[in-house]
Amino acid sequence: MGEVTVHALRGVDLKIREGEFVAIMGASGSGKSTMLNIIGCLDRPTEGIYLLDGVNVAGMSKNERAAIRNLKIGFVFQSYNLLSRTSALENVELPLMYNPNVGSRERREKAMAALEAVGLADRMDHMPNQLSGGQQQRVAIARSLVNDPVVILADEATGNLDTRTSYEIMSLFQELNTKGKTIVFVTHESDIARCMTRSVVFRDGHIIREEEVKSRLIAAEMLQALPVEEE
Amino acid sequence: MAINALKRNKMRSFLTMLGIIIGVASVITMLAIGQGSKKSIQDQIASMGSNMLFVMPGNMRMGGVQQGSSSSQRLTVKDVAAIRAECDAVVAVSPEVRSSGQAVYGNANWPTTIYGGNEQYLEIRSWGVVSGRNITDSEADGSAKVCLVGRTVADELFGEGIDPTGETIRFKNIPFRIIGVLEEKGQNSFGQDQDDVMIAPYTTVQKRILAQTHIQSIQMSAGSAEESDLAEAQVEEVLRRTHRLRENEDNDFEIRSQEELATTMTSVTEILTILLGAIAGISLLVGGIGIMNIMYVSVTERTREIGLRMSIGGRSVDILLQFLIESILLSVFGGLIGIVIGFAASAVVEAFTSWPISVMWSSVILAFVVCTVIGVFFGWYPARRASELDPIDALRFE
Repeated sequence: MGEVTVHALRGVDLKIREGEFVAIMGASGSGKSTMLNIIGCLDRPTEGIYLLDGVNVAGMSKNERAAIRNLKIGFVFQSYNLLSRTSALENVELPLMYNPNVGSRERREKAMAALEAVGLADRMDHMPNQLSGGQQQRVAIARSLVNDPVVILADEATGNLDTRTSYEIMSLFQELNTKGKTIVFVTHESDIARCMTRSVVFRDGHIIREEEVKSRLIAAEMLQALPVEEE
Repeated sequence: MAINALKRNKMRSFLTMLGIIIGVASVITMLAIGQGSKKSIQDQIASMGSNMLFVMPGNMRMGGVQQGSSSSQRLTVKDVAAIRAECDAVVAVSPEVRSSGQAVYGNANWPTTIYGGNEQYLEIRSWGVVSGRNITDSEADGSAKVCLVGRTVADELFGEGIDPTGETIRFKNIPFRIIGVLEEKGQNSFGQDQDDVMIAPYTTVQKRILAQTHIQSIQMSAGSAEESDLAEAQVEEVLRRTHRLRENEDNDFEIRSQEELATTMTSVTEILTILLGAIAGISLLVGGIGIMNIMYVSVTERTREIGLRMSIGGRSVDILLQFLIESILLSVFGGLIGIVIGFAASAVVEAFTSWPISVMWSSVILAFVVCTVIGVFFGWYPARRASELDPIDALRFE
């Protein structure tokens, strides 16, 4: 069986500045996932360089990249990826477990603070199966925040949620962005992308369009515009 | 972290441990039983007498026909006298004659065996007298009709716990005055009741019951266990001379020592212990494979979790350690529970068999070490596999 080399990304030059909220868009197979993996230090580019926070990550070993992921990157996944039968608080504590500089009391305090920041202060001891999809994603966001990363990477973070909950989550992201967090958000929903400050569109491994978002949507306002659900 | 992962799946963790629990418990119990039976046999042999040696008549040829050893009449009281006079490694020596028959008291009767010896007979067999007194050499010289009875004989003829000292019973129609009761010895390792005996002066048994001049065996004590071999050599030399055996003739007697008997018996129980231990060891191994199996399933089932842990900063070595510690915890916890159960099971067996069962500390340590080794050994491969997963693939794993 011969191996076929696939160039998932070719000649991509992308700069993300601090405090930006960037949407990465594109059809499946366009290379956006590979881009995200590289940004998230899960994968290394075969050629070229990737500077994260001024450091070239491309040349780092597996363990060095693990440490970078731990300290500088927060992941939010489409399917939440929470540990089952583990409380929200313990789920949020998880990244700090891999950070040898954080003691157990500090870990607990940081995790509690992160959960408060996403509005789940009263659900700390709940198990994932006792939480709604939106709440689970909030736990995941709290987990990505807990190590105070330089960038949060969201991979279709609203993909599994209904419109209302999507806007709730987006409004949380916008709030975080206002506080200065850099966020990279992979999505294929254009209205979600319009909540961000810049959008980058991929096709066949190239960036085909890169533009500032004009008439940016504010998720909190859209939430109010939605018809009120009957209780 | 590893503890939390195990807690999340309590039932499975317990079932996995069960293999180890049973394995360890059986290793400990089996070795304890083996050790217990060995000790029980050693105790039995020790209770037969200290540093005991005995001479039995050997095989004889009569005109080319091999004769059974019991038909030999070559041992006599003269041999006893010669041994007493010449063998300085022998501290006590007594002839032994025996006869089976019915003991009768009033309308009660009981089949038993009467042993004839001299004053030193009880000392050689390290047998105490609980009431009354021992037979004396002057009684032996005078063929006195006196006897000591074992507890069983006393119980059967006079009733449970009654002291029959001073009473007269009949054995094969000869009246014997009871001068003492023997200390209780219980059953020996062949299940024979050692208290079902009467002891009388050897002359009385020889002349009044058996009407013979030879004796059936000679019982001796060596000064110490170390002198046992020396005593054996001295006795052989003396007996060859008194029996006038020529240089090229075989011995017409056999000398056995308690040492030899002990060695033979313990080697049998040692084989038994090894066998039991091996079987238990196999169950421990199977338990270990159970752990490996579960760890494997666990790695596959938790692929996404592994991916997540890696994406939030878990290094390969962290993942490896987590799974390794999980499997070590399973086996060590299982081992500890197994040790407790092993002790309990040994106690139960002791209660039922009344063997002096002793759990060997070495077996406990062995079981524990084996457990830890099993945890590392059988946990390593699945843990290694988990740590080598690619985080991107692991996250997408369905």
